[in-house]
Amino acid sequence: MTEPALDRRTGESPVTPLVQVTDLKMYFPIYTGILRRHTGDVKAVDGVSFSIQPGETLGLVGESGCGKSTVGRALLRLYDPTAGQVMIGGDDVTRLQGEALRKKRPQMQMVFQDPQASLNPRMSVAEIIGEPLLEHTTLSAQERQARVFELMDQVGLNRRFANRFPHEFSGGQRQRIGIARALALNPRFIVCDEPIAALDVSIQAQVVNLLEDLQDRLGLTYLFISHDLSMVRHIADRVAVMYLGRIAELSPRDALYDRPLHPYAEALLSAVPEPDPAAEASRDRIILSGDVPSPANPPRGCNFCTRCPRVMDICRQVKPELLQVEPDRWVACHLYTSAGATGTGKPSSTNDKTRIQQGEDA
Amino acid sequence: MTDTRAAATRPDKPDSQLRAIWQQFRTHTGAVVGLTILAILVILVLIGPFAWNPGKPSVLEALKSKNLGPSLRHPLGTDQIGRDLLTRMIQAGKVSLAVGFVAMAISILFGTTIGILAGYFRRLDGPLMRLTDVFLALPLIPLLLVLMMLFRDKVAALTGPELGVFLLIVMAIGVTSWMQTARIVRGEVLALKEREYVLAARSIGTPPRRLILRHILPNVVSPVMVAATLGIADAIITESVLSFLGLGFPPDFPTWGRLLFDGVEYMQLYPVRVIWPGLAISLTVLSVNYIGDGLRDALDPRIRGR
Repeated sequence: MTEPALDRRTGESPVTPLVQVTDLKMYFPIYTGILRRHTGDVKAVDGVSFSIQPGETLGLVGESGCGKSTVGRALLRLYDPTAGQVMIGGDDVTRLQGEALRKKRPQMQMVFQDPQASLNPRMSVAEIIGEPLLEHTTLSAQERQARVFELMDQVGLNRRFANRFPHEFSGGQRQRIGIARALALNPRFIVCDEPIAALDVSIQAQVVNLLEDLQDRLGLTYLFISHDLSMVRHIADRVAVMYLGRIAELSPRDALYDRPLHPYAEALLSAVPEPDPAAEASRDRIILSGDVPSPANPPRGCNFCTRCPRVMDICRQVKPELLQVEPDRWVACHLYTSAGATGTGKPSSTNDKTRIQQGEDA
Repeated sequence: MTDTRAAATRPDKPDSQLRAIWQQFRTHTGAVVGLTILAILVILVLIGPFAWNPGKPSVLEALKSKNLGPSLRHPLGTDQIGRDLLTRMIQAGKVSLAVGFVAMAISILFGTTIGILAGYFRRLDGPLMRLTDVFLALPLIPLLLVLMMLFRDKVAALTGPELGVFLLIVMAIGVTSWMQTARIVRGEVLALKEREYVLAARSIGTPPRRLILRHILPNVVSPVMVAATLGIADAIITESVLSFLGLGFPPDFPTWGRLLFDGVEYMQLYPVRVIWPGLAISLTVLSVNYIGDGLRDALDPRIRGR
């Protein structure tokens, strides 16, 4: 196990994580020229490791194009990862093939970003929610219908809508249909890929509360992908901040929002709007200059070194590893390593550090 | 349990999808008119030979009744060798309609299958689309002529002359007219398979076969329907071209296209001779077009809801 598998809430007995991602890489090849030769890769996800405990919500935040959704999709084997290991419930999802993978799918489901695009316009609600049941169970038509109604009740949809089509619903209702479909097979792990990004603000809260409610009732484990930092603060237990295909910081929610360690996390969090105008006026915003480098050609050193306000020489040379610098707080930054430990960070002694790639028990 | 049942039936909407489709179809005036006209044509063609049978004229009668205008005995007049035009139209219609529909079905089947396979499976895309290009690049009429010349007698020996020619013609037209459909369908599938509901189906674990049938095929219905309605017209015309060139059905075996070409020679003296077959072809094509239009709307729940 790469992370100390402690139950965060009790801080005691080690619990096996439900999801364990180790050094996940997802490269999309680039072919150029007349001969369509393989000339490079878009490194959408470049060595991401984290684990999620049963019943936990891990928030995954980052700006557009940083690889959040790719992580979610690679986790469910909607993409074939280039390298790495994804253990979900004891099976390495990246290695499963054919029927074994199909049998594994009920345990892991996904809620999609755009509820309009994620529902087939030519299928009725009952057909949409019933599809997973049709694929994985041997229920009779009547049992299936009963289960569909049960799911519709669970997500707060009127049973009378069962024969209607997706275009007849509002955005929030459509997202409920999507959630019901994801729940149909009693999954343990659900990837929520920006489930609220396409919804009105008033509906966002409803959907997030529904997700929390379902988590309490059904003991679900979420990977909650979002760029809405305040919503992540509301729902997540721990938060991973991604930048250009790598995790910059992985910390418990409150610790991260109180005192972000990684300069990128700091900059990102300083962008969250402050509702109080007085506080907003006096607030220090960190404005990053420049653009995100191309994931096809990331910097040699730290991915953030081109825009980092506290960049050092070593940042341009060596990629920082994701290390535990404080209890439960993991940061990939040279400010916190011995090599770059001249800054303001709090470098702990080298013995405490756990190199994530080595896969040892800490 | 009764509670569940009661909730299952929707009070404000028809329960059966077929009925909903039919109800939407009925609101499309053009489609209903088209369906009526096509039904009349089909019925005329099917029961016509029994209802209208003037009998074979003797040589003398035939000589006397060349190129007659409309009369009670010959409602549509007669042709240059004294044959009753109505009888010929009825016989011709049977063949033309059959050729049109069967050839269209074959070409749509080929086109949709190849388009979906090419669009969905990336590895098949290159080979199948190059095959499509090859077919598009082939000069169609010479190819058809060679096909007919090479195989007509062999197929005829197997199945009898008329059925043989029919089979050969519909196959030949079918396999040389699927390319447009394939290209359109491939384009649609390429766009559709990136949609999130296809991704959702994959995350559920739906195997490709069912994924295509359940999620992709229903959503390419519209372009396929358009291609199909146009395909019928094309097939009828292509068949008449073949017959005209002497490589389709034998000369005494009438089809609408053939009647049209026979009539062209006498068009200035007896314009009726081209008007009737032309009208029949146009009516068929037009009504099929409107039916396709109505069907496309009726199959789309987004339009059906209104």
